[in-house]
Amino acid sequence: MTDSRKPIVSLKAISKTFSNGTVALSDMALDIRQGEFISLLGPSGCGKSTALRIIAGLATASTGTVDWPSATYDPDGRPDREIGFVFQEPTLMPWATVFGNVWLPLRLKGISKAAARADIMHALELVGLAKFAESYPRELSGGMKMRVSIARALVTQPKILLMDEPFAALDEITRFKLNNDILRLREQLGWTVVFVTHSVFESVYLSSRIVVMAARPGRVVAEIDIDVPGPRGEDFRTSEVYAQYCRKASDALHAAMGANDHL
Amino acid sequence: MTAPGPVIDDEEGGASRAAGGLPAWLPKVVLPLVLLVVLIGSWEAYVRLNAVPGYLLPSPITVYLATFRDIPSLLPALQTTLTITGVALLIAMVSGVALAIVVVQFRWLDYALAPYMVILQVTPIIAIAPILLIFFETTTTLYSCALLVTFFPILANTTQGLKSVDHNLLDLFKLYRASPGQTLWLLKLPSSLPYLLTGLRIAGGLALIASVVAEFAAGAAGAKGGLAFRILEAQYRMLVPRMFVALLLLALTGVAIYGLTSLITHLALRRWHESAIRRES
Ligand SMILES: Nc1ncnc2c1ncn2[C@@H]1O[C@H](COP(=O)(O)OP(=O)(O)OP(=O)(O)O)[C@@H](O)[C@H]1O
Ligand SMILES: [Mg+2]
Repeated sequence: MTDSRKPIVSLKAISKTFSNGTVALSDMALDIRQGEFISLLGPSGCGKSTALRIIAGLATASTGTVDWPSATYDPDGRPDREIGFVFQEPTLMPWATVFGNVWLPLRLKGISKAAARADIMHALELVGLAKFAESYPRELSGGMKMRVSIARALVTQPKILLMDEPFAALDEITRFKLNNDILRLREQLGWTVVFVTHSVFESVYLSSRIVVMAARPGRVVAEIDIDVPGPRGEDFRTSEVYAQYCRKASDALHAAMGANDHL
Repeated sequence: MTAPGPVIDDEEGGASRAAGGLPAWLPKVVLPLVLLVVLIGSWEAYVRLNAVPGYLLPSPITVYLATFRDIPSLLPALQTTLTITGVALLIAMVSGVALAIVVVQFRWLDYALAPYMVILQVTPIIAIAPILLIFFETTTTLYSCALLVTFFPILANTTQGLKSVDHNLLDLFKLYRASPGQTLWLLKLPSSLPYLLTGLRIAGGLALIASVVAEFAAGAAGAKGGLAFRILEAQYRMLVPRMFVALLLLALTGVAIYGLTSLITHLALRRWHESAIRRES
């Protein structure tokens, strides 16, 4: 894909070898541009989480560089990445209310509860949980916890949202609903998203581009652009175009998995 | 479809009612009371029937009467014991948590201290009392013994808690560039609170035991002496009922400490921690 827009973040020749010798990523290149919705699709162990953690700065690459061309740098030379991260598990603090959990990223920046209130309530409204602000995480269902986690990620209005199989543990109905929520929020807020998933259907439904990865060593084997303009909804899920893309992505995934007899 | 025959309804009130239709808590309250009456009754009967002399085994009624006579003179002793227990617990709490924070921050310190922690923890600290007495006066020795015994459960549990923080949450704090202070205050301490409180409950019981046993070993605390000293004193003077009264006071103190630490735990964790939440079916 050739695109003249300047990428928000650009991975160049990223490799990651763990201390036990596992090569989790080998020579990965990826440009992420403003407004893109990129899915990392691949079998278990192909380095999707590792790639995401490297982008987030939670892990360091063994070789290669991660560039943030338009980011500002702090005095220590660290880029201000303006990232939102949604983990596979909701990762909420059980001792804090929903409100307290969403406040956290702002609180860490030194913003008081009063000053943050409007932003927090807005984020909770976006995920439909404003009524549950004073509830504790244990009082929520799995899907609701995940939505709190999303609200927490978007409360700082990040430039880029990284999601690591956020819906893997949820049932299909909840998952479809949250998929639609994500698409709606993306429409409203103009998000740039990197989304890790195992699911071909989910990746086609959500993405503007699918990056197919293979394992051992983890690497990118194919990129599929999903050229479907306009807002997507349930009718897209049943359309012929959708089915075609799914077949294409599925074939690429099988080729990736067959390449190293991984099942 | 309603099948003929007896209808077994175990839905409604099934959880809170025992078989006979009585509330479930009733036997838990009534049975211990029944047992208490039976035991005290047999005690009284045994003493009367065998005409056991009061200096060997006083009857429950004698003890009951002694309570009113002796409690005023025992209250200062109770206060002494309570002060030693409470102060030791408080110091142990503050210093145990502080040291746990430092130990978790610096791995090498952990390595250096770990074996000695174990040794101090498995050594019956009371055996230290006579040695401490050589260096310190009695009161200081008592405080030291109680402190040594309470310190380690709190330190060990808090350290464990600080090490058990959810890795994803740590990543989240890293992502938002939390300072070490923020990570400690907003993540590590709250997350290790259940562990710390377990340490406190264990330490609470041990603190009382330690302050009593240390007094047996080291002698009266200050001019007044604690309850343990008064028990010894009553023994010398053959005031057997007074020994029972002092014992009763110690038992009540133990129950009060247990109740208090459990209450603190409940209040701190009731909203969020699994251990304090009543399951609803
Ligand atoms: N901390 C680690 N130490 C050693 N090896 C690791 C570590 N983390 C991941 N790996 C290895 O790196 C490879 C890639 O792991 P990663 O978690 O990125 O995979 P993934 O694509 O996210 O898989 P999944 O879909 O199952 O989450 C795996 O083979 C894994 O065993
Ligand atoms: Mg993963």
